[in-house]
Amino acid sequence: MVPTGSTTGRGDWPLWEVFVRAKRGLNHVHVGSLHAPDAEMALRNARDLYTRRQEGVSLWVVPASQITASSPDEKDAFFDPAGDKIYRHPTFYDVPEGVKHL
Amino acid sequence: MTPTTSTDLSGPVAPSGEIRPDNSALVEYVLSLADDSLVAAQRMGEWIAASPQLEEDVALGNIALDLLGQARSLLTYAGSLQDPVRTEDDLAYLRDEREFRSVHLVERENGDFAVTMARLLVLSTYQHAQYTRLQNSTDATLAAVAAKAVKEVDYHRDHATMWVLRLGDGTEESHQRMQVALEAEWPYVEELFGNAHLDAALLEAGVAVDPAGLRDVWQRYVDEVVGRATLTLPDVPPAVTGGRKGVHCERMGYLLAEMQHLARSHPGAQW
Repeated sequence: MVPTGSTTGRGDWPLWEVFVRAKRGLNHVHVGSLHAPDAEMALRNARDLYTRRQEGVSLWVVPASQITASSPDEKDAFFDPAGDKIYRHPTFYDVPEGVKHL
Repeated sequence: MTPTTSTDLSGPVAPSGEIRPDNSALVEYVLSLADDSLVAAQRMGEWIAASPQLEEDVALGNIALDLLGQARSLLTYAGSLQDPVRTEDDLAYLRDEREFRSVHLVERENGDFAVTMARLLVLSTYQHAQYTRLQNSTDATLAAVAAKAVKEVDYHRDHATMWVLRLGDGTEESHQRMQVALEAEWPYVEELFGNAHLDAALLEAGVAVDPAGLRDVWQRYVDEVVGRATLTLPDVPPAVTGGRKGVHCERMGYLLAEMQHLARSHPGAQW
């Protein structure tokens, strides 16, 4: 639970990424980050910072140090090959009327 | 900031008028509830932009605003019971020190962060017990305010608990300062449970909650937190107080001066 990095003094609390689920059935969405000494406090800080106006029904906090991100340098290799493969998009189906979330 | 119910706080006569033995006794009681929250909110607000972390600024700001919201609903109600009717602003800004009914716990200077957390633990545990019972008040307005407030103070209690645990069971310095903070606040605990200001008729009518009856549930919760935080319950004699009678400590005057001076210097000012 405890992320790596020093937590000994003022100002060097570790960074946490915050995800909020706006309502049941939707995904958690990344909304920002904050500092907190541990996971429990991170959750509470997230409540105070990101759900003040009833933005959510569920919160996740993740140590920023635990996130492995793709690098901008790898952008071409990662994403461009998907650019011309339109058959990967489900655009060849007729969508029945009344289906809202696709 | 009115509670989320159909209870109309603005009317001159409360809907539950007939079960009330006497307005002045009820006003006294409602003011004691309101002023604890109002003065605590004013003190808590001093932390904004001065907290150990930005995140804590926001947390303490939220807590202060919750308390202020409770005070506003209660002051509006207390004002509506008086003849002529007084507004929440009249009661917050135009009463003098001796007319405030808050306990000494909330009016003293803040001290360090540990002191604020010790005080919040004491206050929020008390308010949680109080509002939990007050939800069943035969007075519809008080019951509605309590139903809204109990969820707020539940979070305040949680916040204080988290910090007392972390500071108490933290480093040698944080442990020591948390213990010093408890020792500083404990003389002011006893006053919370005093009921001399309370008209017995309000208790019989089921309007008010007897503060003396909250002691056990308060003690159980606080004992557990203090124990888990590896701290020691202070063994200190109660301070000489008198907040419920309007007798306050020196710092109260400064607090009120800061809170009231703008409204008094510019009567009727709007912004």
